[in-house]
Order: sequence, then structure tokens, then C-alpha cells
Amino acid sequence: MKSNTGSLEHDIIVTLVKPGASVLDLGCGDGDLMTRLVKEKNARAQGIELNEPAIYKCVAKGLSVFHGDIDSGLPEYDDASFDYVILSQSLQQVQKPDAVLKEALRVGAEVIVSFPNFAHYTARLQIALGGKTPITPSLPYEWYNTPNLHFLSISDFIGYCSKRDIRIKKSAFVGRNRRIRILPNLFALIGIFLIADGKRKAKT
Amino acid sequence: MATEKLLTGNVGTVETQYHTFALPPDEMVLENGETLGPVTLAYETYGELNEAKSNAILILHALSGDAHVAGYHPGDKNPGWWDSMVGPGKGFDTDKYYVVCANIIGGCRGSTGPSSINPRTDRPYALDFPLVTIADMVDAQRRLLDHLGIDRLLSVSGGSMGGMQALQWMASYPDKICSAIPVSTAMRHTPQQIAFDEVGRQAIIADPNWNNGDYYGGLVPARGLAVARMVGHITYMSDKSMEEKFGRRFRDERKPFKFTPDFEVEGYLQYRGSSFVDRFDANSYLYITKAMDHFDLTRGRKLRDVFKGCDVKVLVIAFKSDWLYPAYQSQEIVKACKLAGLDATYCEIDSTYGHDAFLLEVEEETHLIKYFLERVHNGRVVENYEI
Repeated sequence: MKSNTGSLEHDIIVTLVKPGASVLDLGCGDGDLMTRLVKEKNARAQGIELNEPAIYKCVAKGLSVFHGDIDSGLPEYDDASFDYVILSQSLQQVQKPDAVLKEALRVGAEVIVSFPNFAHYTARLQIALGGKTPITPSLPYEWYNTPNLHFLSISDFIGYCSKRDIRIKKSAFVGRNRRIRILPNLFALIGIFLIADGKRKAKT
Repeated sequence: MATEKLLTGNVGTVETQYHTFALPPDEMVLENGETLGPVTLAYETYGELNEAKSNAILILHALSGDAHVAGYHPGDKNPGWWDSMVGPGKGFDTDKYYVVCANIIGGCRGSTGPSSINPRTDRPYALDFPLVTIADMVDAQRRLLDHLGIDRLLSVSGGSMGGMQALQWMASYPDKICSAIPVSTAMRHTPQQIAFDEVGRQAIIADPNWNNGDYYGGLVPARGLAVARMVGHITYMSDKSMEEKFGRRFRDERKPFKFTPDFEVEGYLQYRGSSFVDRFDANSYLYITKAMDHFDLTRGRKLRDVFKGCDVKVLVIAFKSDWLYPAYQSQEIVKACKLAGLDATYCEIDSTYGHDAFLLEVEEETHLIKYFLERVHNGRVVENYEI
């Protein structure tokens, strides 16, 4: 997504990452976010991406990238081998978000997740009043051409985290070109969460 | 990708050179403990070695290849085997890099192999030639690089068996290379790969002219070697590429006899088989395929230990329709790299050409290799780029 919503989302993710950190970007696309993390945070970044043309763009940017499907897990990485694993707008596009998130939490000390909020008020109106599948700035696709396989709201994700013993360490919400601080499940187009495995913290 | 500039130059007329070393009594000690000497290695070079000697790239060839990777030999109609990738402005840019392509010991294209003269008998070695390994081939190449005054390579690259050698460089001399680009290759052969090699070897051995390897000066096992090559060529293509290339078309010059080649694909294989005999030695085919079959970079170790302690940037390339060296074998290489903490990039290029794709999918390979080398060479992480 090249919208302003998208770049604000990247701005926020960049601020969440500590300088010099190691980062694994799952579904890294053209490598725009990784490029920023390398440039602005001196991060040691690598990505995984399924789309072949995107791989060529990453390589042209001098990035390290693996052409593969994050749905098949991350067996080539040890537990906690990255400071951050990032799922920027990719969680809702995988086949098995539950399994992918579990792997991300295993491999990363912390995980940054961002996704489009299905419960944005304009989406609610389109469903409730128009009786149609909603189209919003963060969900810009028609039902027949969307790459998204799962639709979740910010409340869904918070509920999921508590069910799975995932600790939400930070969260941020993005609306049209601005941060949302009140009633994010109603007004945010994108939710961004910094999370960690609740059980792992308990152990250490 | 369409805007990628592929209008590039050629290295022009080149000449194969030869380096001889390991003169008795200082013979080369092989992996199995036997000795070999003197050893001659054929090689070609392109471009200029910079003052810091930091821009050298070693290219390694596949089973039937040779040191002639780019440019033309005087009088030749066809250029070297990877001319599309090596030259001014190409993937391996000879305006920037000093490219060396080395032949292998055990071969028959100018380097010491079973058809060379055994100094102990003054006759061709034939089966007295020791069994050589991929590691032995790499050891010989390192001696060549010493001779050329190159201490550390910017990169080492090759496809198929050339990729095995690149991987072996990572294992044998990790501090002598900055990066490696293994293409369409594997850390070890599967039973299926060994099986195809064995069919080729048995075709040679079953040829009465093979005569236990002792045929030099007489009739060569041409039929056996040709059949071996025919089997090889089937494995280098894909179902789809054969369909596109031949279909079920009949040959023009069909003869009214039974069991002469009717279909184009038959004619093609026969032509490939018989022309191979003119340039390749049957015993070399046996020795080299054995070296490939015995190659096992893991040596029984866990995947995470294979590249332990190795600090090399790696670009692994595979092709979707390659069923001889399927992509999962390349992914296993990447996995071993990642487990050892290496900086590894992997791309599986969409192609219908089968194993041959690494010689044919020039545009994608050029892009990947060009930018990867730039990153390794300049230590650059992110910069403006064109695509």
C-alpha cells in the first residue's frame, strides 16, 4: 500500500525498533520498510517474500531476502534469533495466521504486527446500511480481487492476544493521515501492535 | 525487469591458459590420500585485476563445461558456455571485475584427467587415475589462484556441479571468499540424481570399446558416451520445454527403415550424444559423475553445523521447473546458511527450461547477480537503484 496511511504506519513501526536491532520482515514486499529500518535504525534486516518481482526489487536495494512462503513456518531460524519479527500488513494475507504468529513469536524476542481494521466505522456502515463488503482506505480491494484471506478488527486481535497469552507491550492506531487515540476499533484504519510471548517472559 | 539493460558487450577473442603445479616429488595429496602430479589446470581470465586485488570472481563450470566461459576462441562460431552472463556490462561485469574461469582435475578440457599422460608409465592414466572429489577440484583451483596472486575472491559462482564447487569453496576456504553464488545445485545428490548418473556410467561401461577404460589410441566408447549424454540431456530439460521445443514433430530426413529416429526429439538427442563424443572423454565422464555423486557437504553433520564459522554472503538461485536439482535442495542450502547466521538471499526463478534454465534465464540471473555483487563489492546496503 502506497497510501499516506501506509507511510504513517511505517513511521510508527520504525520508531518501535531500537537502533542496531536484528529484524526479520515476514512478507517484506518490495523491501521499503526494511530499507527504512536499515537507513534510519541501522538495523540488520532480512526479509521473506513470496512474490518473485518483489524479490528482484529487494535485491536491487541491496537487501537480503528469502523467496518463500511464510505459511510453511520458519524452521531455518532458532528461537529468539531476532530482536524483532515484523508482520506489516501480511498477517491477514497468510493461510494460517495463528501458526504464522506462533512462529513469529518463537523466532523474535518481540513481534510487530500491523493489519487493516475491519471494524472501522465506515466499514460498519457499508455492511450495516449498504449490505456490501466494505471498501476502506486500508481495505481498498473488491471482494473478488482482495489478497486478504482473513478479516479482523482491533478488538479481535486484542481478544486473540489475551486468549493466546500474548503480551501487548505497545499499540498504535492510524486513521486517515493521523494517529487515532480514542476508540481505535471504531476510528482506526490500521492497528499496530508490539507483542511478545507472555509465557517466555514468565520463564526468564 | 523489462527495462533492464541487456545490450552489453562481449569480451572478444580469448585464449585458454594453463598452469602446471604439483611437480613430483611435491605432488598434490588428494582427499583419499593418493597423490597426483604434475597437475595442469586450464583457465581463462577476463577483465583486469584491480590494485587491491579485491575484484576477482571465480566461475566454475558444470559436468561437461570447460574454462572457456565467455568470448570467442579464434575461428569459433559460438562463444563460451556462459557468455550471456560474463562480459562488459553483464551479470559478471568484466568492466568491474576480474573474472577467472577454472577447469577441473579429472576433466578432459585441458586439465589433468584420465586421458592425460601418467608420468610413471608414459601412457594415458585411464583407470590408474585416482578418484578425485569436488574438494580436490577446489584445492587445485586454490593453487591456481595462488599462482594468479589472488588471496581472497570477491565471489565464487557456478551452476550445477559448478555450484557444488562454489559450496565446497565455502566449506574448504571460507576465509578466501567474500561471497558465493551457487546456482541450480545441491549440498549432496539424492538417490534419483545418483541413479541418472549411474545409467550414464553403465552405458559407457557396457560399450565393448570401453575396454576397462583402456581405449586411448584405439576406438573410443562412442556409443556408450553418446547414450550417457542423451540421458543427461533429458534430465536437463523439462516436460514443458521438450513439448515446446519438439512437440511430436517428425524429422524431415526420415528414413524408411525401422527404428531410425522418427521424431525431432530423437534426432536432437542423437545429435547431442554424438557431438558430445567429439569433445569429451568417456573416462572423465565416469570420474566426474562419481565425484558429484560422492559430494556431500554435510558429511553427516547437522545442517546448522555445515557453515559454522563461515562469514560469507550467499546468493542462492534455483529454477521452478528444474526437476534434476529441485528448488528444495537450494532451500536446504539457504537453511544451512541461515542456521549458521550467514547473510543469505534466495530466489526461485519462474522458468520452464528445467535444469538448463541456469544457462538460459539470463535476464533474471543478471539482475540478481549484478546487484548482489555490487552489495558485496561496495559493502553498500541501500542506495538508489534502477529497475
